[in-house]
Amino acid sequence: MSDWEVVIGLETHTQLNTKSKIFSGSSIAFGAEPNTQANVVDIAMPGVLPVLNKEAVRCAIRFGLAVDAEIASRSVFARKNYFYPDLPKGYQISQYELPVVGKGALTIQVGEQEKTIRITRAHLEEDAGKSMHGASPGQSGIDLNRAGTPLLEIVTEPDMRSAAEAVAYARKLHDLVQWINICDGNMQEGSFRCDVNVSVRRKGDEKLGTRREIKNLNSFRFMQQAIEYETRWQIETLEDGGKIEQATVLFNPDTGETRAMRSKEEANDYRYFPDPDLLPLAISAEEIESIRSEMPELPAAMKSRFEEAYSLSAYDASALTASRNVADYFTATLQAFGGEAKLAANWVMGGVSAKLNEEDKNIADSPVSPELLAGLIKRIADNTISSKMAKEVFEAMWAGEGTADQIIDKKGLKQVTDSGAIETIVDEVLAANPAMVEEFKAGKEKAFNALVGQAMKASKGKANPAQVNEILKRKLGS
Amino acid sequence: MINKSLKQLAAMLASKDISSVELTQEYLNRIDRYNPEINAYIALDQEKTLAQATAADQMLAQGKASALTGIPIAQKDIFCAKGWQTTCGSKMLENFIAPYDAGVIERFNAVGSVNLGKTNMDEFAMGSSNETSYYGKVQNPWDRSRVPGGSSGGSAAAVAARLCAAATGTDTGGSIRQPASLCGLSGLKPTYGLASRYGMIAFASSLDQAGPMAKSCEDMALMMNVMTGFDERDSTSLNREKEDYARDLGKPLAGLRVGLPKEYFAEGLEAGVAKVIEAAIDEYRQLGAEIVDISLPNTMLSIPVYYVLAPAEASSNLSRYDGVRFGHRAAEYDDLMEMYCKSRAEGFGAEVKRRILIGTYVLSAGYYDAYYLKAQQIRRLIAQDFERAFEQCDIILGPTAPSTAFKAGEKADDPVAMYLQDIYTIAVNLAGLPGMSIPAGFAPADDGKELPVGLQIIGNYFDEARMLNAGHAYQQVTDWHTRMPEGVTS
Amino acid sequence: MSLSTTDVKRIAHLARIAVSEAEAEQTLQKLSGILGLIEQMQAVDTTGIAPMSHSQDVTQRLRTDVVTESNQRELLQSIAPAVENGLYLVPKVIE
Repeated sequence: MSDWEVVIGLETHTQLNTKSKIFSGSSIAFGAEPNTQANVVDIAMPGVLPVLNKEAVRCAIRFGLAVDAEIASRSVFARKNYFYPDLPKGYQISQYELPVVGKGALTIQVGEQEKTIRITRAHLEEDAGKSMHGASPGQSGIDLNRAGTPLLEIVTEPDMRSAAEAVAYARKLHDLVQWINICDGNMQEGSFRCDVNVSVRRKGDEKLGTRREIKNLNSFRFMQQAIEYETRWQIETLEDGGKIEQATVLFNPDTGETRAMRSKEEANDYRYFPDPDLLPLAISAEEIESIRSEMPELPAAMKSRFEEAYSLSAYDASALTASRNVADYFTATLQAFGGEAKLAANWVMGGVSAKLNEEDKNIADSPVSPELLAGLIKRIADNTISSKMAKEVFEAMWAGEGTADQIIDKKGLKQVTDSGAIETIVDEVLAANPAMVEEFKAGKEKAFNALVGQAMKASKGKANPAQVNEILKRKLGS
Repeated sequence: MINKSLKQLAAMLASKDISSVELTQEYLNRIDRYNPEINAYIALDQEKTLAQATAADQMLAQGKASALTGIPIAQKDIFCAKGWQTTCGSKMLENFIAPYDAGVIERFNAVGSVNLGKTNMDEFAMGSSNETSYYGKVQNPWDRSRVPGGSSGGSAAAVAARLCAAATGTDTGGSIRQPASLCGLSGLKPTYGLASRYGMIAFASSLDQAGPMAKSCEDMALMMNVMTGFDERDSTSLNREKEDYARDLGKPLAGLRVGLPKEYFAEGLEAGVAKVIEAAIDEYRQLGAEIVDISLPNTMLSIPVYYVLAPAEASSNLSRYDGVRFGHRAAEYDDLMEMYCKSRAEGFGAEVKRRILIGTYVLSAGYYDAYYLKAQQIRRLIAQDFERAFEQCDIILGPTAPSTAFKAGEKADDPVAMYLQDIYTIAVNLAGLPGMSIPAGFAPADDGKELPVGLQIIGNYFDEARMLNAGHAYQQVTDWHTRMPEGVTS
Repeated sequence: MSLSTTDVKRIAHLARIAVSEAEAEQTLQKLSGILGLIEQMQAVDTTGIAPMSHSQDVTQRLRTDVVTESNQRELLQSIAPAVENGLYLVPKVIE
């Protein structure tokens, strides 16, 4: 299998953060009673017409700027014609030849590696409704509340070479659209859905293999599983002498398998043509500039700022800018702490995120606020407590037992840094362990560590380890 | 009274010589009497109609009246009118009660005009004889064995037989002007974008435009003042200053440069019609107009271009009629696919299906460039023809249709022959220009019957006021527009 | 560009219109006639000519993002062929 290479491209449908639909004044709020948010335009009554939502266009421009893409001064809406009960007009209004956002790029981090994924285009379009099964037997029920919800479809080049890369890209994009506030990123509600094009080829082959498209993946875990299964399936099929038919497939989370959609079997002929009900969308340079001026600092820029200003590693910097919330939390912590960034970074990426994962919490809801965390880090920096003690204090803070200082007092966790006191402890330890002293003198380095351990134990862990080391060395005359 | 102009009727209403209810009842009585044969109306609703008349009388009493308050208007059944059956001439929409008003209907309601009923039309406005209507043929009041033209044949017959004070129509390739010509009345297709398309059931979105059909240019000017205007619900609606289309009426025509496109007088134009048009042109000379010979070289191409673009847009516009949310659904089907295919096969008539198929074909994979794209390129050439022409002249005169009204059934089985009816009108829609037809006399048909002939006046973009005055001046020195068919006068 | 009844059936299927064998035959003749008419276009050299979608050279107007619509389900579904619990009913949709 190792001589095979998988080639992956993504098409992501992001639901835009607007109040009303892309072509009508109906609400897009999630979870309303069926068809209570579907007006005459949304259900395509005779004679009704679309009018474009300004905010949807602004969202598209924000995205274009965020991935450093060209934004079309003139783009065109086209009709994609096909019959489906959840598509009221019998066509979807989308963009075809002239999309609003052109070529761009998004850099992802896979382990220690950075990789740039090329974005082919992003275009505005309307969402379809939903088909509910198991209404009456043999029937489907159609809910058109979602019909006309504004979407930005973001298409990449086939630049990914593993499920891990695909998921890394999807996560990065998911973070970005929330970072620039064009999408709520709610995958359960379908606000962020990925179609994944997967093909395989022999390593070194120039030509791409026939691809199959896995539709509507709305969880990163499923995406990983689906791509891995699909890749295995394609390789096995080819190795067994079979060939891959281009197809649209669905992933079944229960079986972990993909299967071709029956409804899409017949080759589609979408008969795209410019929608005569809509005029060309013009976007002026002034408009783009005014939106650019409102853009927040982007993760990439913030990342390099962290690397330079705080001399953090690329890895740390990208972890800290993975999402707006993490970045905000780190910045706030560092501000309150005012000390070495690396120390704050370690705690945000270490202790805090570990606990969050454990409890499946978002950093925004962390029981330990940046201010509280900073209070803890201060005490580590000024040697009041050892990092070992710090963990204990952190746990207590997480449990809501108060500020670092309150907990340190309550638990009497202060380090002993008085060298006189430490010297007495060391002397006692040396006197009590002549054998170890002999072993050390005989050249057994381990013995030294054992003595340190004894000293720490004798101080109930409160002695400053660095000082213990130093004093022991001196006393043993080494 | 049935021959009175809108201005005269408004005066009578203002002076309380007659109430809107009385005037409306008069027309309803005429409809009862003549419509069963002529079949100009698909839907009538006396209760709604008289309720509007009563409301109009209150507006009049309260001094809130404007030019068309209380005037009974016939509305083409292509316009959605809240609570009215709105069928677009199709079985597909037989049970469609519109839940909203079209922009045009709203405007008439706002000024207190009375909706007399919904007029018959070719199914989805696809036809030039009104023979494709699911609700039966319409008779031409001038010769009941002949067609009124189409697609606004019901509105044309209603005005010609004086079954309304005035009517609305829509024009995608000549659907206002050709029936106006065949029924001897005045009809105007405005510049694309002046009248709202919201709630006007779409045939070919980039060509469809609503306009007035009336007894005179003066009446049409008053209708235009109500019908046109910006509608934010229609992205193609033009946001312009409101204008008074009657403002130029009465201006002398001296010095008006009138262009005659040689292509409009070439082979295919019936001799009798040509004679009438020549005579009309002489009248314009008399009125002081300066006659200029011009050329619109791509005229012949307008038909092929139209029969690519209009069906292409229509095939997509009519996809919403799938039997899911409204409209006809087949009684029996085994699965979704069969429900679609049977519902649409049953709901649409032959001509509509033909155009859907042509449109689907020209847009289908591999043919787009050769057909749709090519047609859009030639569309520009056709528009450029007019651009050049209007550097030489102010308005263009010519025939509206190549012949007078033909016999029902004569062309029904030959689409191509039918399509040639629109040879002089289609280019105007492709260019988005305003065009109108006014009665210019009569020509003998093969059976010797004298039938109305329409003179077409084409103007530059937004030149409706000038065109209406050009027509009005002609109607001051001729009486063709006052002629009435026999058998509907009493 | 000559059509066959197979083409007619393919197009009719794309357009979701049922056609019987007999209809396909008739339709074929009529469509061929119309296509013959359309073919006249091919004689014209259109190289370098920009396609014209709209007669006026205007651009799209944008709507401010406000919710202007309220629930009209009852009214709109009063003319629907088949509804149940507010859903439009259709024969089972197979994915």
